[in-house]
Amino acid sequence: MSAASHATGHAGGHAHHGNYLTPKGGFWTTVKDWATTVDHKKIGIMYLFAILFMFFLGGVMALAVRAELWEPVRQEGGQISGQMLYSMFNSEPATSIAEGNNNYNRVFTLHGAIMVFMVIVPSIPASLGNFLLPLMLGAKDVAFPRLNLLSWYIYLFGSFFAVISLVMGGVDTGWTFYTPYSTTTEGYWRVVLMVLGAFILGFSSILTGLNFIVTVHKLRAPGMGWFDMPLFVWAIYSSAIIQVLATPVIGITLLLLIMERVFRIGIFDPALGGDPVLYQHFFWFYSHPVVYVMILPGMGIISDVIAVQSHKRIFGYRAIAFASLGIAAVSFLVWGHHMFTSMSELAAMVFSALTFLVAIPTAVKVFNWIMTLYKGSIAFNTPMVYTLIFLVLFSIGGLTGLPLGTLATDVHLHDSYFVVAHFHYVMMGGTIMALMAGLHHWWPKFFGKMYNEPMAIVGALLVFVGFNITFFTQFFLGSQGMPRRYASYVDEFQFLHQVSTVGSFLLLVGFLVHLGVFIHSLVAGKTAPANPWGGLTLEWLADSPPDEHNFHHEPIVKHGPYDFDAVVPPHWDPADYPLPADVTKPHNVVKAH
Amino acid sequence: MSTLDTRPNQPAANKPVWSRYVHGHHWRTAAEEFDGAKLGFWLFLTTEVLLFAGIFCAYALFRAMYPEAWAEGSGSLDWKWGALNTVVLLVSSYTMAASIYAFQTDQQKRAQINLLITLVAGFAFLAIKFLFEYTPKWSGYFFVLDPALSHYPESGKTALGGLFHFVEGYGGKRPGELFSYPFAESANMPLWWSVYYCGTSLHALHVIIGMILIARVYVKGVKGHYGPTYYTGVEIAGLYWHLVDLIWIFLFPLLYLIH
Repeated sequence: MSAASHATGHAGGHAHHGNYLTPKGGFWTTVKDWATTVDHKKIGIMYLFAILFMFFLGGVMALAVRAELWEPVRQEGGQISGQMLYSMFNSEPATSIAEGNNNYNRVFTLHGAIMVFMVIVPSIPASLGNFLLPLMLGAKDVAFPRLNLLSWYIYLFGSFFAVISLVMGGVDTGWTFYTPYSTTTEGYWRVVLMVLGAFILGFSSILTGLNFIVTVHKLRAPGMGWFDMPLFVWAIYSSAIIQVLATPVIGITLLLLIMERVFRIGIFDPALGGDPVLYQHFFWFYSHPVVYVMILPGMGIISDVIAVQSHKRIFGYRAIAFASLGIAAVSFLVWGHHMFTSMSELAAMVFSALTFLVAIPTAVKVFNWIMTLYKGSIAFNTPMVYTLIFLVLFSIGGLTGLPLGTLATDVHLHDSYFVVAHFHYVMMGGTIMALMAGLHHWWPKFFGKMYNEPMAIVGALLVFVGFNITFFTQFFLGSQGMPRRYASYVDEFQFLHQVSTVGSFLLLVGFLVHLGVFIHSLVAGKTAPANPWGGLTLEWLADSPPDEHNFHHEPIVKHGPYDFDAVVPPHWDPADYPLPADVTKPHNVVKAH
Repeated sequence: MSTLDTRPNQPAANKPVWSRYVHGHHWRTAAEEFDGAKLGFWLFLTTEVLLFAGIFCAYALFRAMYPEAWAEGSGSLDWKWGALNTVVLLVSSYTMAASIYAFQTDQQKRAQINLLITLVAGFAFLAIKFLFEYTPKWSGYFFVLDPALSHYPESGKTALGGLFHFVEGYGGKRPGELFSYPFAESANMPLWWSVYYCGTSLHALHVIIGMILIARVYVKGVKGHYGPTYYTGVEIAGLYWHLVDLIWIFLFPLLYLIH
């Protein structure tokens, strides 16, 4: 990126008066400033660190799960072996297999609950979305800044309840809290607290979503029409719609679950005439759309990163934008595929057919991304490497969803490790890889520091290899009949389980490398220019890190977000910018801003 | 950052508070801020409707599964109390709307009185719900002024200094496992009471939240914060109050009228 050196820190020669990270005073003044800030950038950064911390916590749980599965649980002559988690917390061996497996049940539940409710759902919208959405729209803040701060505190409050439950001993219900198990299992208050935590987190999600919708509708910069918005904004907008329309349903579901647990109202209890399948319908009416809340913002990151790092107009802008809305619309019609066996054959067939519909807009996106790469001027840096990793892993995750949506094969594969591998390829291979791509892409904008590119690429490759070793093996395990959520297995599966466990620790190494890269960047990173990659969207017009009010002057949009064939990016020297040869007429060349 | 602040200079301090309102720095005009606030609140109301959708779904499902329990349960509710509460809420919706109009036309006293009537109606709704509906059904204790009390032989037991009179064999209409009404004919009647209590108590909670919003608007109104050019808070509280009304309009016929 030789051209990056031409970037000038400030447009219009405005006097420097500090950026949003500049401390306002002493330590306590700064703490108070951050705790009461309504600045979307600071709130986004606080979310980012909270989510990364929760990711670490959930990751530790995942490693504990993999460690437990290193060897099967066996009982020979009254001697129980293979219960690693139990023997970690107890000096005596367990008196029964079930007692020892309890620890395993709690650990995988916490892994699921933390990763879903506290990491993946809020991850990209609340952190990157909060920071970038107003910048990309050319706005000074989100529509309701104080509400934004409130959602942050609600997130903390909800997580607090979940952590209390964890400290008290955790829950063993699985992250889905299926009834009647969740209303009868031991740990009365632990289950109530965990469910209450998830209920409260829902409010945070709703408020963030509606804040974003209003921001997109009302605060676009002058000249920015709907089809001048970056595709990241389209994706955040689509997922915000799902957040607003689906989350209240989980709200009432979890509320009824708490009522069920505390007062035994019987709505989900077959002993009192209630219907546990109703719980599953309610739960998945939220939880299936919400997997698109998890993946859509990731897709938005990929759209933006792939265009900027290929220095090429995105292929099929409108197709990608409408595909986001299409996925949001279809997402509400497919929840039934989580309970094929508890509905009529006709209903199962309808839900199966609707499930296949999701593949269409998703494939439209994937093909458009690949076409964007074609003949692009591709920069092989960490954001691009993670984007390519996303394309591979997400495609595997998406395609393995098809046999699960097909009734005949799902009978064999459901509740097996095939499902576990499938959704990890989509959730982690999709969302987390996209988060990593976006985090590196916008890291210079967030903190005004560059990161160590070679080391970050090493980390990315370690994550890629570790991820595939961990989860590709699980496709084989699942198709051979290994059920999910079991602490033990038959001896034939041990080799693949051990391979998977080795892979998970390689993943740990990969993420530790990234942690080192981030810390190094914050402590000793090179100062970042305002526009290190040559992006055309408005956030690159702001300083790195941005000014407290985002822009020195209200930006006016004169070109599309991906007009790389005709526009010189902000802060770049036109003489240095390699416009394609076919732009011969000088008037075609627009110097941005 | 005064260079970025497009807002007009603040008017002189001797003008009313509402005319000195300055919109948020990230909005271009006060009108856009008002539109944004309303759009956001309508989205929030959508989530409220979807929250209640769960209750309505459970109602529909169990009504189809256990029609006899639903008929029996619905038969033990007094539609007159439900109808009275419907009228109370409709009147309060009118006074709420009237207070917005009064603020828009700068009739401060009138606006405040209308808000107070709305608040009183909210209290009346809750009082009817708790004294005449929940308490006797749950515990068998009737409020001394309850007209229904004369239809039942009293056991002679009273509570709270004679304010409540106990009637044998009336109470115990509780949800789920707490159900202990001795004369139920349908085995699934506890489920009806689960849906009834969940739906109406969630609604009552919304009434309370609405009253808190209105009380806040009233206090700010007395201080002169609202007038023809700025009344966002009243508008928002009004929207919320109408939603509370609307949900009751659905709950009332489903629970009280159809068998």
